[in-house]
Amino acid sequence: MILELDDVHVTLGGSHILQGVSFSVAPIGVTALLGRNGVGKTTTVKAILGLVRRTGRIDFGGDPVHRLRTHEIVRRGIGYAPEDRCVFAKLTVTENLALAERRGSAHAYDLVYELFPELKARSAQAVGTLSGGQQQMVAIARTLLNDNRLIVVDEPTKGLAPKVVTEVAEVLERAAERVPMLLVEQNLALVRRLAGDGVVLAAGQVVHRGPVRELLADAALTRELLGVGQARGESVTPPTRPAPSGGSIHPLAIVKDRQPPDEVSPPESTRSDAP
Amino acid sequence: MSTLVLLTLTGLGLGALYFLIASGLSLIFGLMDVLNFAHGALVTAGAYAAWRLTGHLPFAVAIAAAIATGAALAALIETVLIRPLYSRPKDQILVTVGLGLALPALVQGIWGADARQLQAPKQLAGTVSLLGARVPTDRFVLIAAAIVVLAALKLFLSRTRYGLVVRAGVEDRAMVTALGIDVRKAFTLVFAIGGALAGLAGALGGVYFGSVSPDQGTSLLVFGFVVVVIGGMGRTDGVALAAAAVGLIQQFTNYYAASGLGDFAAVAILAVVLLARGNRDGVRRLIRRAA
Ligand SMILES: Nc1ncnc2c1ncn2[C@@H]1O[C@H](COP(=O)(O)OP(=O)(O)OP(=O)(O)O)[C@@H](O)[C@H]1O
Ligand SMILES: [Mg+2]
Repeated sequence: MILELDDVHVTLGGSHILQGVSFSVAPIGVTALLGRNGVGKTTTVKAILGLVRRTGRIDFGGDPVHRLRTHEIVRRGIGYAPEDRCVFAKLTVTENLALAERRGSAHAYDLVYELFPELKARSAQAVGTLSGGQQQMVAIARTLLNDNRLIVVDEPTKGLAPKVVTEVAEVLERAAERVPMLLVEQNLALVRRLAGDGVVLAAGQVVHRGPVRELLADAALTRELLGVGQARGESVTPPTRPAPSGGSIHPLAIVKDRQPPDEVSPPESTRSDAP
Repeated sequence: MSTLVLLTLTGLGLGALYFLIASGLSLIFGLMDVLNFAHGALVTAGAYAAWRLTGHLPFAVAIAAAIATGAALAALIETVLIRPLYSRPKDQILVTVGLGLALPALVQGIWGADARQLQAPKQLAGTVSLLGARVPTDRFVLIAAAIVVLAALKLFLSRTRYGLVVRAGVEDRAMVTALGIDVRKAFTLVFAIGGALAGLAGALGGVYFGSVSPDQGTSLLVFGFVVVVIGGMGRTDGVALAAAAVGLIQQFTNYYAASGLGDFAAVAILAVVLLARGNRDGVRRLIRRAA
């Protein structure tokens, strides 16, 4: 296990947000951290990075890190793409990436520019003037620049257009081949495509652990734990109508119509229409 | 004409002094959200360091000692008193206010409350003829120092890794640490830079006013804050412009209106700028109607 949390508690503004969270992250592949809005997913991620005060035990790569400060934890090899991206709006793309360069690590600019050719073209542009999708690319690029032993990505597709979601998914899939990942994501199609294990939070505690496929195959359980269906007006059961094939379909549709998940159409098919 | 030249250069000299103080204040506030009320005490410390050494050692050494005193005191204050209080901003303000009172009191205890004459070296004591005006040389020295400092600060911010960390830290401190950077080192460095500039301001202020006194730094600090608020927190160019404007307006008001009214004018500009900023749309509408 690359990361292990044991009985982690967090109190914010007087409320007890995490109430004994325990789970572990596998050293290969993607572990999904799931749960309805406001259950404490982002708080869990911040607790791992030491961005909030927490109690309990956190081991990274076999060593305890819960007494270390954020920059010391990160230097042990964690790349972090936060929920609101937190890119530096007034700095250029080049400067945002340069800031992320860690000493003692190689800097994989070749990989970054291969995955995000747009960032090379816009290297001198202030990041605040990029589109939301491009800003997310910067945030993900920062995690891939260094030799990390884990990358933590919090809702990378939040607020992005369907086509951009597909692009992000593709990049994360490439990244997951190289480095284990803890992924917070509400887009279940994407979770199904990327994640092996899943951890579900509810009210500050872990309520389910296990392979994502099994969880998502059980419509009743998924609805109970993740609230899909009611919350987003979506169904995880296959609709009767077949999915249209084209660049503009919602990425959820790609998966919703094709169970089991192994048969998810590769994103290239939806991207081929892009100019 | 000669009066105009003299007033302009004297105003710019004063503005240069304000800039040396305000640029540090602005960087410190921009990066750390610390309103450093002890900054004036650092100016006083620099002034007394320069005064003690003037006449004994070359004046350049006295200036260097003032800079070093300001930097060392600031770094000490940051690490010992400010650092433990980053999560308690109100206590932090109290500590800086307390230091701002205690350090000048200490200086007064040691060297007395009276102003001490600072005998500038011959090269600085003279005047330069320019467009019919006889302008004291120290005005040019102050303006030159401010320009050099402005250029150096801009180079530091745009070209160095620490400068990059500072600019990013002004936007989002937590994310800087989440990239594996020890942002506290940048805090101490910025405090030390601010202290060095305050020390320099103290020494050059001693030359400008011809004397040093325990409260000199604190009086200058008031205008430093005025300049920072007008120029913008964490914006070096804006601070430089605001410093020049405040210095000029003060001098011209003192000469053409009434002596002493210049201070009032500086505060009046501050009020106007703040009101205009808070009511930008209203001002735009007014301008449109007037046009
Ligand atoms: N600084 C704070 N003070 C008080 N409560 C907070 C604070 N930050 C977060 N919370 C609360 O903690 C709970 C968990 O928040 P968190 O952001 O971890 O949820 P989340 O699972 O990431 O939600 P989402 O899916 O909407 O991103 C929420 O109820 C939130 O209101
Ligand atoms: Mg969240």
